[in-house]
Amino acid sequence: MINKTAVEMAEALTKGETSSVELTQSHLDRIADVDGQVKAFLHVDADGALAQAKDVDAKLKAGEKLSPLAGIPLALKDILAQKGVPTTAGSKILEGWRPPYDSTVVAKLKAAGVVILGKTNMDEFAMGSSTENSGYGPTFNPWDLARTPGGSSGGSAAAVSAFEAPLAIGSDTGGSIRQPAALTGIVGVRPTYGAVSRYGLIAYSSSLDQAGPFGRTVLDTALLHEVMAGHDAHDATSINAPVPAVVAAAKSGDVKGMKIGVIKQLQGEGYQKGVLTRFNESLDALAALGAEIIEVDCPSFEYALSAYYLIAPSECSSNLARFDAMRYGLRTGDVNGASAEAVMSATRDAGFGREVKRRIILGTYALSSGYYDAYYGSAQKIRTLIIQDYAKAFTQADVLVSPTAPTTAYKIGEKVDDPMAMYLGDVATIPVNLAGICGMSLPAGLAEEDGLPVGFQIMAPAMQDQRLYQAGAALEASLLAKWGAPILSKAPVLKGVK
Amino acid sequence: MSSLSRDEVAKLAGLARIEMTEAELVELASQFGMILDAVARVQEVDLTGVKATSHPQPLENIARTDVVVPSLSPDEALSGAPAQEEQRFRVPQILGEAE
Repeated sequence: MINKTAVEMAEALTKGETSSVELTQSHLDRIADVDGQVKAFLHVDADGALAQAKDVDAKLKAGEKLSPLAGIPLALKDILAQKGVPTTAGSKILEGWRPPYDSTVVAKLKAAGVVILGKTNMDEFAMGSSTENSGYGPTFNPWDLARTPGGSSGGSAAAVSAFEAPLAIGSDTGGSIRQPAALTGIVGVRPTYGAVSRYGLIAYSSSLDQAGPFGRTVLDTALLHEVMAGHDAHDATSINAPVPAVVAAAKSGDVKGMKIGVIKQLQGEGYQKGVLTRFNESLDALAALGAEIIEVDCPSFEYALSAYYLIAPSECSSNLARFDAMRYGLRTGDVNGASAEAVMSATRDAGFGREVKRRIILGTYALSSGYYDAYYGSAQKIRTLIIQDYAKAFTQADVLVSPTAPTTAYKIGEKVDDPMAMYLGDVATIPVNLAGICGMSLPAGLAEEDGLPVGFQIMAPAMQDQRLYQAGAALEASLLAKWGAPILSKAPVLKGVK
Repeated sequence: MSSLSRDEVAKLAGLARIEMTEAELVELASQFGMILDAVARVQEVDLTGVKATSHPQPLENIARTDVVVPSLSPDEALSGAPAQEEQRFRVPQILGEAE
């Protein structure tokens, strides 16, 4: 049962062929079996998950009308607050913290009867692209346990690709859903900024952060998107408009006459050969389905990475000021007579990891008087130019496409001492975040040189998320027909402990 | 080539309230030049007349009617506190002894 899609699991539930308790237990068993190697989870909430499942089963038995994902298990990125369940954002500074409230995403999942299996590993405060920056050790890519699953939502992506959960939730500030989806051979969507409430999502860079869904198919991902999105009065940046019809789009998957723009700046030099081969094959597949492929020019994208690594650290240096050892989380050095400032500084040294400190210091520098205009100010203007590039490109094309990441999954430890090399992996995903639009990554096949998954990225204008699913479903169906079996069937079988 | 000295990093760490070991300061100073060179590329573009974007959406203030709505109880709000006393957060000394 764990190898099925969420849609198939839901059908089996409705027909009474299985129960949510059974479904949940089989995923808990799978986690017990393989997570010692994958290390996707920071915390497994077996009792909470089974209690939720039991509740759904009772409602199903009573004939209540439930949401399409009721009773389906899910893995939750540890960046989202869940009442009473340890929530750390991958940081030692929050070790042992149990939120007194539910984030809006969690409240929506609970209301829809989605069963939360546990909290998944991530780069500390979502700062990173490999999950190696977690305060609790890395997550391992199920395709090759010597490699990273990408990041920062690496735990969620690994859980779905290792069949520990059919669905997961991540967050994407610079590519943290799409890049791990690409590196693990699954589907991941960063919805339009403001489409999913950020209430209870631990903030990294507030103008860029957005939670979104992972699944093994485009339709599964759409169903989760629909559950988690929608207006929320708790988030002042939440868009007050109906959720785009993503499920209907995923079911239709028609690209006849659709104009697809290939971004000139997001290919070529720096991209692995096998990544480009699969990307171009996917374009051919879309063209064969009747889409019109054109090239679009986005000259300012060349500066997106630089702008991002000023804007995100600047916002993080402000957001992470809340970790001050006073109201929650770690407190160290509170010895006789120590000042609040000394306790704060000692706690932040002990609680934050290297990358978090690096970004806080960089942000503090970029915002400091005398440098503000040259760094943060310039980055904000580049942001305007990127928005203009997109606006122009979307007058020529319905969706834009690129490879999701320049390379396939790299070895654990390979880039950890070279922050710039790590940052370059985000080059194709970052522009979406700066512009506040939406993007999807879906599997495009395996690179010939290493046999690892390649991601195909689709981008659409703000609140046109359904276009991602429409084009994504078409490409997925075409590639599936060609491959004969889902891409994850080609992943090595994990030898469990049982 | 941009660079930042160990002392400049120490000053920034102080502003950010992060106590850093000597080894951390030296490592960060050595990495900073490369990172600053990369991000300084934003200055290569002619940005005359370009407006700054601080946020992808046009933001406006949102007000609601001033009525009491449910919120955390004092116990819930204090549930994560490192130290508490009489339903309050207990914090280290914030003023010097002379004050």
